[in-house]
Amino acid sequence: MKPYNIYISGVGGQGIIKTSTVIGEAAMKSSMPVVMSEVHGMAQRGGGVSTELKIGDSYNPIIEKGSSDILISFEPVEALRAIPKISNKTSVIVNKSPIYPFNLRESEISYPSIEIIIEELNNRSREVYVVDANKIAIESGHPLSMNMVMLGSATAINGFPLKKEIIIDSMKENLPKNSLDINLRAFESGFNFVKSGII
Amino acid sequence: MNIQEVLKAKKNEQLFLLGNEATVRGALESGVGIAATYPGTPSSEIGDVFSKIAEDAGIYFEFSTNEKVALEVAAAASVSGVRSFTFMKHVGLNVASDSFMSVPYTSVEGGMVILSADDPSMFSSQNEQDNRHYARIANIPMVEPSNPQEIKDLMKYSYDLSEQFKIPILMRTTTRVSHMRGVVNTGVVSEPKKKGFFKRDPKRFVPVPSTAMVMHKVLVEKMDNLKQVTNNSPLNQIINRKGKVGVVTSGGAFNYVMDVIVENQLEVNVLKLALSYPFPDELVLKFIEDLETVVVVEEVDPIMENEVLSIIGKNGLKKIVHGKLDGTLPIVYEYSPNIIIDAMEKVLDKDLIKYSTNESQIKLPERPPTLCPGCPHRAAYFSVKSAVKLLKLENVIYPTDIGCYTLGVSSPYNAADYLLSMGSSIGTSCGFSKATNQSIVSFIGDSTFFHAGIPPLINAVHNKDRFVLVILDNRTTAMTGGQPNPGLPVDGMGLESPEISIEEIVKATGVQFLRTINPLNVKKSQQTFKEALEFEGVSVVISKHPCMLIKKGKRSDKLLEVNRDKCDACSVCLEELSCTAIFTDEDGTVHIDPQLCNKCNVCVQVCPEKAIGIKK
Repeated sequence: MKPYNIYISGVGGQGIIKTSTVIGEAAMKSSMPVVMSEVHGMAQRGGGVSTELKIGDSYNPIIEKGSSDILISFEPVEALRAIPKISNKTSVIVNKSPIYPFNLRESEISYPSIEIIIEELNNRSREVYVVDANKIAIESGHPLSMNMVMLGSATAINGFPLKKEIIIDSMKENLPKNSLDINLRAFESGFNFVKSGII
Repeated sequence: MNIQEVLKAKKNEQLFLLGNEATVRGALESGVGIAATYPGTPSSEIGDVFSKIAEDAGIYFEFSTNEKVALEVAAAASVSGVRSFTFMKHVGLNVASDSFMSVPYTSVEGGMVILSADDPSMFSSQNEQDNRHYARIANIPMVEPSNPQEIKDLMKYSYDLSEQFKIPILMRTTTRVSHMRGVVNTGVVSEPKKKGFFKRDPKRFVPVPSTAMVMHKVLVEKMDNLKQVTNNSPLNQIINRKGKVGVVTSGGAFNYVMDVIVENQLEVNVLKLALSYPFPDELVLKFIEDLETVVVVEEVDPIMENEVLSIIGKNGLKKIVHGKLDGTLPIVYEYSPNIIIDAMEKVLDKDLIKYSTNESQIKLPERPPTLCPGCPHRAAYFSVKSAVKLLKLENVIYPTDIGCYTLGVSSPYNAADYLLSMGSSIGTSCGFSKATNQSIVSFIGDSTFFHAGIPPLINAVHNKDRFVLVILDNRTTAMTGGQPNPGLPVDGMGLESPEISIEEIVKATGVQFLRTINPLNVKKSQQTFKEALEFEGVSVVISKHPCMLIKKGKRSDKLLEVNRDKCDACSVCLEELSCTAIFTDEDGTVHIDPQLCNKCNVCVQVCPEKAIGIKK
C-alpha cells in the first residue's frame, strides 16, 4: 500500500505529538502499517514543532518533499513553513489563530497577514480549510481541545484513510478521562465544520 | 496507549512505540535488573519510562549525577552478575568515556548494554559527533537498529551476545531512530535479577599495568572471534536485487535507501549492517565482489566508507566507491529522503520518482525556542543585566552551561558568551579570570552543577579566581523534560530520598560570598547581584525558584492586566524583560495574554510606570 502522508505542524505546547499518536494508534488498530517521526527537546520551548506520519508501506518516517497527502497546521505561519512538503495534490487544514514569535519585534521580517497566508496556501495546494479552531475549542469546553478540533477536521477530508470510529476509539485510549467529553465534542465540531463545507 | 503498557503488554501484542519506549521494552524482555542514566536528548524518554515503571517491574533505576557514574553503576552491577543497562546522549558518552574505556578490559559477567543516542543535525546538542568511533577506540562491539522493533529485538540479542563473549555492547541510535514511532510486536517480559554476588578476582577486575597487559590481549582476541559473528549473523542482511550497484548502509540511513529502491523498483543490492563492529570484512567482500559500484550510505562520518575502501585496497579490487569522500553525499548533518534520491540519481545516472515541490516566496519570521512565560531564569537574567548597568560595567563575559538557560544566548538577554560542555561555565570562568581583567558572570543550572560543576568550583576557590557564579536552581532538570536531580527529595523511581543541599556544597568549598535569592523578587535580586559583582573573589548567588512547568496547577487565579492610563508604551516589559506572554496590538497598546501568563509578577515589578497589576 502506497503510504498516505500526514504532515502536522505548529508550535510547541499545542498538543501536536498527542494528536499524531492518536492517528498512529488508530492506523495500527486498522491493521495498516504506520511509521511516525516526532521532534522532542529544544523545540518544546515555544519553537516550531512538526510530526510526520506515513500510513502504508514505508521504512522511513520522513515525508519526501512535495508528497504530503494532508497538511494539518495548528498555526498559520507554520503552514507556510511546511510548503516544501506539499503540492497541488495536498489538502490543507489550517487553524486561523496566529501565535507570534517572541522575537518578532526585533525581526526584520514581519508576520504575514492571515489573508496573504490563506491565498498562498490556496495557490500551492489542492484545497484549504481554514478552521477557527481556538474558538471551536473554547465552545467545546476548553481551549486546549484545539488539537482535537484539528483532528476532527482532518478526519472529514476526502481520502483520509482512517475511519472516524477508530479515531474516536484511539482518542479514548490516549486522552485523560476527565477531559474526554470536551475533546470528543471538539473533535465532532471540527469534523462537522469540514463536512459541511464538502459538497 | 498508557505508558504502563510498555511493562504490562503480554506476548504478541502490538504497541505503537517510540524508539525510546521500545528500548525499555527490550530491556524488560532481556531481564535487565539495574538501569542508570543521566538525561539527555535524544535519549531522555528512555529514562522517563523507566522512572514510571521500574518499581512495578521489580528493577532498580536511577538518574545518576552524571553519565560516568551511571556507567559505573551499570558496570558494577554487571560484574556482580546482574544484567545492566546504561544509556545517554552522544556527548554523555564523552563524560563516561574514562570508565567506558576500561569496561571492555575488565569484561562483564551479567550482560551489559551501553546505548549512545547520537544527534545528527544537532536538534538539541552542541555537536553532531559520530559515536561509532567509540566502538573502535574502546574495542566494543556495536549494534545499530533502524526502527523501534529492531531496537527491542537487538536489545535482547545484545544481552545474549554480551554474556557469551563477556564484553559490553554499544548500541548506537540517532535522533530519527530514537524519536521514530512504529508498531512493535512484543515478546515475553523476563523475570529480572536485581541482586547478584561479586566474586573478587583482581586479575580480571583491577587493571594495573601488569594485569591490563593481559586484558588488552584477551580483548583483541575476543574481538577477533566476534568477527565470526558479524560476518555470519543473519542480522547483517544482504538484499539481493540482482544489481551491479550495491549499497552498504546501517541505522536510520537504511530506511531512506530502502524507500528509494522499492518505490523506483531499482536493481540495486543492499547490505544492511545491524552488527556494524567489528566490521564484517568477509561479508562485505562477498557483497561487493560481483558489483561494479558500491555506495556507502551512513550518518555522519565516512566510517564504513573508509572500511570498504580498505577492503578493496587489501584485496586489489577495482570498484567505484561513492559516498561522502567523493562528494556524492554530504559530509555534515543528517540525511533525508531527498538527499538519498538525489545521490542515487547521480550514481545511477537516471531520473527517479520525485514530487513537484513548492518554494514559497513569502519571507517567514523565525520561531526560535525561548524561555517559558514566568520562567525564573528570565527574571535572573533581567536582574543581572540591570545590576551590571547600575555599576556601569562594560565588556562583561557571561560563560554559560547546558540547560534551558542556554536560551539566554538570544536577545535581549545576550547572557551566554562561551559554552563548551556540561560544567564548562565554571571551568572557563577560572580561565577568563586569569586571562583577562573583565568582569565575569557565569551561569549553571542545579542539575548541571551536580553533574560537573563541583570540581571546577573547588578549582576556582583554591586558585583564587574572581567571578560571579549564578546557580540557577529551578528544582528540576528542565530542558530534558523535568527529571529529578540530587537537589530534590525524590529519586528516579519517585521514592523519597535525601535532598543534597547546594548551599552546603558551596560553603564546603570555602566560597566567602554566598547568597540565596528568589529571582522573582526583582529589587532584592538586583541588590544581591550588585554586591556579588563588587566582591573580590568567587561569589556565588543561588537563584532558587521552581520551573514554571513543574509549578503549573498551583498558579494563582488572579489575572494580570496593563492599565491603559498609566502605560506610556516605554517597552521595558517587551524589550528588556521580553516575556512571551506580553504582546502589543496593531495600534501599539501593550497586553498580557491570560492563557500564557504564569503570574510570576516580575513584569509588575519591572514596569517603570507601575502600569501592570491584578485585573479587577
